[in-house]
Amino acid sequence: MLELLHEIQGTLRRNMMRTIATGFAVVSGLFLLIVLQGAGNGVIHSFQYNMGNFAFDAVHVFGGMTTKPWEGIKEGRLIKLDDRDLDMSRRHFPHQITSAIPTVNHEGVVASVGAHHISAATMVGVFPEYAASQTVEVLEGRFINSIDMTEKRKVCVLGSNSCKDLFKEAGSPIGRGVELGGILYTVVGIYKTNEMFNSTEFYVPYTTLCTIYNKGRFIDELTMNTRNIPTDTAMQQFIGEYIRATSHIHSFDPEDDRALWIWNQAGDNIQMQRATNILNKAFWILGLLTLLSGVVSVSNIMLISVKERTREFGIRRAIGARPWNIVSMVVLESVVITAIFGYIGMLLGIFFCEWMDATVGNQVMDIGVFQTKYFIDPTVDLKTCIQATVVIIVAGALAGFFPARKAVKVKTIDALRA
Amino acid sequence: MIHLTNIHKTYQGAQPLHVLKGIDLHIGRGEFVAIMGASGSGKSTLLNILGILDDYDEGEYRLDGTLIRNLSETRAADYRNRMIGFIFQSFNLISFKDAMENVALPLFYQGVGRRKRNQLAMEYLEKVGLREWAHHLPNELSGGQKQRVAIARALITQPRIILADEPTGALDSKTSLEVMQLLRALHEQGMTIVVVTHESGVAYQAEKIVHIKDGQIESIEENDGSVDSPFGKNGLMK
Repeated sequence: MLELLHEIQGTLRRNMMRTIATGFAVVSGLFLLIVLQGAGNGVIHSFQYNMGNFAFDAVHVFGGMTTKPWEGIKEGRLIKLDDRDLDMSRRHFPHQITSAIPTVNHEGVVASVGAHHISAATMVGVFPEYAASQTVEVLEGRFINSIDMTEKRKVCVLGSNSCKDLFKEAGSPIGRGVELGGILYTVVGIYKTNEMFNSTEFYVPYTTLCTIYNKGRFIDELTMNTRNIPTDTAMQQFIGEYIRATSHIHSFDPEDDRALWIWNQAGDNIQMQRATNILNKAFWILGLLTLLSGVVSVSNIMLISVKERTREFGIRRAIGARPWNIVSMVVLESVVITAIFGYIGMLLGIFFCEWMDATVGNQVMDIGVFQTKYFIDPTVDLKTCIQATVVIIVAGALAGFFPARKAVKVKTIDALRA
Repeated sequence: MIHLTNIHKTYQGAQPLHVLKGIDLHIGRGEFVAIMGASGSGKSTLLNILGILDDYDEGEYRLDGTLIRNLSETRAADYRNRMIGFIFQSFNLISFKDAMENVALPLFYQGVGRRKRNQLAMEYLEKVGLREWAHHLPNELSGGQKQRVAIARALITQPRIILADEPTGALDSKTSLEVMQLLRALHEQGMTIVVVTHESGVAYQAEKIVHIKDGQIESIEENDGSVDSPFGKNGLMK
């Protein structure tokens, strides 16, 4: 084996041009595949990142204003959600709604710490489950818990951007006080906000907010997590049924689509999943085509190379090479070329992805209203890279095997005359 | 050493061509035989059969007692490797290998290690007087040098017979003479040599000349004063 490798090394070295031509096809095929995959992943990751703060199965319901008269009541009436809606949501749709969590808001308060302040902050009274249903990511400290709820503690969880504005001094803000609407709250946690939404929401216990501002049985927002709704049509149907059920409670026209304001994140998510899938598939198809073009180039070169070496093989056979010696030599040559250059292509591809990650990957696009990243972690996992390399090596082996087998079927004497 | 009995060979094709029509030939150990004939007489086909490069349709061929018939390519390759040394008109050296590697190649297929192989190759190159040219590629060598490399390659496996197909066909008269003298020297060391040629000057270097015409042996001529051929002393007629 070692002798054979040495023989092959000699052949490849002396036929540098052919070796490089084959190698280039392999390098470019793998390089492009990996870079394309990386770029695709970058776009998909940025999709996911920008959607990161949304729960993918959540449906949000807010009260709206009627636009149609109903049972003797004029249009233009404000609908305010209350505990009856909560009760209905929890009991009426056991197959579709896994949880329904109420939220109350108190808007337009001033948040201040010493001389620093944020005007027009919103206090959001939440249940502990809100964090999970809304994928609120707590960076430091904790979220509102059940003891906060029962004891109606004056604690709050603030956004990382508000934290930057209010606590300019060094040190953790956890345990320190922040004044919201003239009442002092203790900071227990900080949640992650992204560049896209400059959130000024302060989470406080639901019970605390209800008590202080006398919210009674009214609810500002119902956040529901849904399941068993696989398609857009199913989602439309579910929302229709939900509006109908609510219309009985508040007496409005079930056909009135303004009486409730429904933000259907789950539906958005279905579409987003679809877009991501299409993107993913498109990049894979492009990548596989690139790989295929690499395979075809290698096959072509091997085919021609075997053809023009017919005489050399004739000489080798005349002086005692068995057919198997010839075939194994060609296959091994092909494998050695594709393996070495495949490895180089893979490394180049990975380096290029890392370079993209280090440069474009961290660029923030500022479009005034919000900022966003449009290219995140454009890299390919090693498993994919190795699989692609193995594919091209196997293809190289086959590309060598078939023409070589054909070449040794020619009679030695005919090969010598070639 | 070589026993041919009633060898027939027909090339199949649109017009089947009966090339060898019953060849009976015996060549003993240590003989130097020339096969002569015009082109198309079947002499090259005969040599290809002797060299196990081609098969025959009818008859029997024994090489050193071994029946050569319907061999698989693998067996044929092994026999060629161990029993036969080839010298071709067009040298048939591998262009990207230097002289030493070309000479050593048959041993590669015997599984001899590289160091041993190269050492033997250098010895044989020395015998043909090309030690200084060991690391030159074939295209850096003259025709005569190339043929001497080919002879060294044919000898390295210590074969039973040397088969030479028009060994001087591509050489000028001076180098032809050198090559033939080399073959004669090998003959004097006891090697069995069969040369195919259409040049009488080359043929008369041999001790026995087989004339072939239309696929049959026309005559076998003993050449006692081989060097003093009818074509002049030590001379070759081109």
